[in-house]
Amino acid sequence: MNNHSSLKDYKSLKDLVCKLILDIAPEADVQHLDPNEEFREELDLDSMDFMNLLDLILKETGVNVPERDYVKVNSLQSLTEYIATRK
Amino acid sequence: MKTLTMPSFGADMAVGTIVKWNVKPGDSVSKGDIIASIETMKGLIDMEVFDDGIMVRLLAGEGDELEIGCPIAELQLKNEEDSNNNPEQIIKSVEPHNLEVGSNRAVSQDVALHSSDSQHVEGKVRRVPTDVEEKSRYSLNTRQPKISPAARSKAEHLGIDWRQLPQGKGPDGALLSDDINIVNKRPTEPASDSDKDSSDMMREAIALTVSRSKRDIPHYYLQLDMVLDNTLTWMNHYNADLPPSKRILSNAVIYSAIARALISFPMFNGFYQDGHYQSSDTVHLGNTISLRQGGVMVVAIHNAQRLGLAELMEKIKDQVNRARNGGLRMSEMQDATVTVSNLGDRGCDTIQSIIFPPQVAIIGIGRQRTVPWVIDNMVTSATIISISLAADHRVSDGHSGALLLNKINKLLQTPERLV
Repeated sequence: MNNHSSLKDYKSLKDLVCKLILDIAPEADVQHLDPNEEFREELDLDSMDFMNLLDLILKETGVNVPERDYVKVNSLQSLTEYIATRK
Repeated sequence: MKTLTMPSFGADMAVGTIVKWNVKPGDSVSKGDIIASIETMKGLIDMEVFDDGIMVRLLAGEGDELEIGCPIAELQLKNEEDSNNNPEQIIKSVEPHNLEVGSNRAVSQDVALHSSDSQHVEGKVRRVPTDVEEKSRYSLNTRQPKISPAARSKAEHLGIDWRQLPQGKGPDGALLSDDINIVNKRPTEPASDSDKDSSDMMREAIALTVSRSKRDIPHYYLQLDMVLDNTLTWMNHYNADLPPSKRILSNAVIYSAIARALISFPMFNGFYQDGHYQSSDTVHLGNTISLRQGGVMVVAIHNAQRLGLAELMEKIKDQVNRARNGGLRMSEMQDATVTVSNLGDRGCDTIQSIIFPPQVAIIGIGRQRTVPWVIDNMVTSATIISISLAADHRVSDGHSGALLLNKINKLLQTPERLV
């Protein structure tokens, strides 16, 4: 039961991150994004897009990703997990 | 009397569409007022006036697509003698018209739509009342969503029923080309002919400017690899406890170093016109911003050498946002005294650029990369960027260019002084 609900939470968190990416880059093809790929490269997000995304994530979830943790949030999967464990 | 023309917002602009007039004949305007919104292939731009005066006639209606340089309105200047000699006005009028893209082919049939001599009101400030009556006078059909002609033609070409679409991004929810592009993207379709036409026009306009640049300007090129470790260490420290919205990106530090170095090297910051060079006493740093729909815009960061890093960062963010979502001002599109071309995070190591006339220099920034580097006879690793300079040999020599690049390098080694 617990596993099921945390899986559901993870899914909705991932959907939220995808929605926020689309807010920043409406043309980004998040549907076909491999969650384990480096999403900045895949979706052509530059450093300012990425900063804006982290700003939206902070506003929506309360989770702040400091600069020293940028290496931990390279993929959609790792970014979602990062938020999930700190939310 | 001064004739206002369809302005150029960049080397790749050939035509613009008046989406909305904010003034009508008889209105007083002041320098800096936004008198119209203009849709270009790159989005919506706010057109300002550069003089105080009274709008006498509008020579084009809302929805008219016109080539740059076409007359769109007449302005009676408050002080004609002074304004005719206004150097700022002269600078602004030179560049767009030099492109000579053609005659007034697209001037609307309903020229002087709202003009009337009886509306020569003197001195009274009368802003446009945006009531229903005024709107219905300006738009052909108020029951349908407003749509720009470019957008309508694109929608009709693509078989999209624009009357069924929700509001667009333009004033009063008017649909713009970009709105149609977004709708069109939902189902994947091959590129249409109308897309091809606009990109062809953009290529032609770019071709005119770069050919002129390469024909007229004897370029020379220099390049210097600069170690960025001090800048990055300082940034890590500065950004450590800040929320994302307050963080500074390395671009802001690099732009600041460039702007502050340029103020001591006037031969790279100004305009070469009519056979002679006039340097500028301030740096309007043209930032090349890439747009999501393709293409780039050069947007001037005014007085960049006077801005602190946080302020400069805010300005860059704001301009990138407005370049991508609309709301840039005409002055930001036209008065850059020098340009910076930045390949971004994932570009190439170096870039050698083409100068935008009448400017005399362009600075290129490659991507950051980690390389083996020798310090004190020891090989170590360093993060470097290659900064290049393309400059006009009629105005400066390689020696000065080398000094400029070295000055930028020096400033990047002490980023704390740029705060």
